[in-house]
Amino acid sequence: MIRKDAIENIIENIEDELIICNIGVPSKELHAIKDRPENFYMIGSMGLASSIGLGLALTKPDKKIIVIDGDGSVLMNLGSLVTVFAQNPTNLTWIVIDNGVYGSTGNQETYAQKIDLLEIAKSIGFDAHNWEDIDLKEIINNKKCSFIKFNVESGNSDAPNIDLTPIEIKKRFMDELKKN
Amino acid sequence: MDSTDAIYNGLKQAGIDFIVSVPCINLKKLLKIIDEDEEITHVPVTREEEGIGICAGAYMGFNKPAILMQNSGLGNSINALKSLTELYEFPLVMIMSHRGTEGEPICGQVPMGQSTPDILKAMNFKYETPKTPEEALESVKNSWNLTNNSKKPVAILLDVKYW
Repeated sequence: MIRKDAIENIIENIEDELIICNIGVPSKELHAIKDRPENFYMIGSMGLASSIGLGLALTKPDKKIIVIDGDGSVLMNLGSLVTVFAQNPTNLTWIVIDNGVYGSTGNQETYAQKIDLLEIAKSIGFDAHNWEDIDLKEIINNKKCSFIKFNVESGNSDAPNIDLTPIEIKKRFMDELKKN
Repeated sequence: MDSTDAIYNGLKQAGIDFIVSVPCINLKKLLKIIDEDEEITHVPVTREEEGIGICAGAYMGFNKPAILMQNSGLGNSINALKSLTELYEFPLVMIMSHRGTEGEPICGQVPMGQSTPDILKAMNFKYETPKTPEEALESVKNSWNLTNNSKKPVAILLDVKYW
C-alpha cells in the first residue's frame, strides 16, 4: 500500500467533511482520486496543513475537519502538535500518512523512520491511533481531537497537476462553506 | 490615549475577531486584554509560522484574523506569508512590536530590528510606523480594509519608543 491507496481508504469514509490536504503529491493524488469543493489543496507552505485545519476547526465548530498530513510535513511543524492539542478542537481529525520519506522531493528518508509519531502524539495526550485499529467514521464522530497514523510504503502515483489556481481553490472552498 | 488601548480599540474598530500571538514584553498588556475579550478568539502559538497557517484557516471560517508578535516573528514566517497568505490572497493584519529600534536595551534585538523594514519592502508588503497612540489607532482601524483590498498582508510596526 502506498500513499494513494491510503487516500482512497480515507475518502471511502468521507461524506461532507472539509479536508485540508498536505502540499505536493498528496494534494495531487487527492485531487485525482476525488476532487470536491470541500477539499483545500495546499500548493505552498509545507508543514502548515494542521495549522490551517486548526484555524478552520476553531471558527467552524459545526463542521468536521479532516487534515491529511505527511510525516515529513509534521516534522517541519512539530509545535503544531502542542498547539492543536492545547486548543482541543473536537471537530478535527488529523491523519498523518507516514511513508518515512519526503515523497514529493525524491524519497529522501525522514527521521520518522527513527521515531514513532504516534508515540509522540500519545505522549502529548492526543486520542491517537494506528489506522489499522480504527473505523475512521467512528473517530470522526467521537467528539475528540484525534490523531491517526497511517503507515504506508513509499511511492508516488502519477497523478497530474491540479488544474485550479490557489485563488480558485480558496474561493470554491469558501463558496461551499457559505451554502450551509 | 494609552498606547495599548489605541491598538486594542483599533483592532475592535477594524472588526478583528481572531488573533494568534507570540508574546513580547511590549505586548504584555494588550495580550491580557485580548485574552479576556470574549468576542475575540485568541490562540497563543509556539512559533509565528504556524500562526500564519492558523490565520488562513480562520479566514476561511469567515473570521477576520490578525497576528500579534515581535518583528523577530516576521523572520520565522517569511515563507508562509508568501507561499500561503499571498499566494491564496488571504487577508492578514500583522501587529508587530518592532524591537531593536531606538532605545532598545538588548543588543540581540538590533540586527533583525534594523533589517525588518527592508525585509517588508523586499516582500512587497505595505507597512505603517505609527509613532503616537492617535496614529496607531488610525493605522490599526484601517488595517483590515487595507489588507482585504490589497489582497496582501499588512504590517504595523510599533517601535520601542512607541510604548
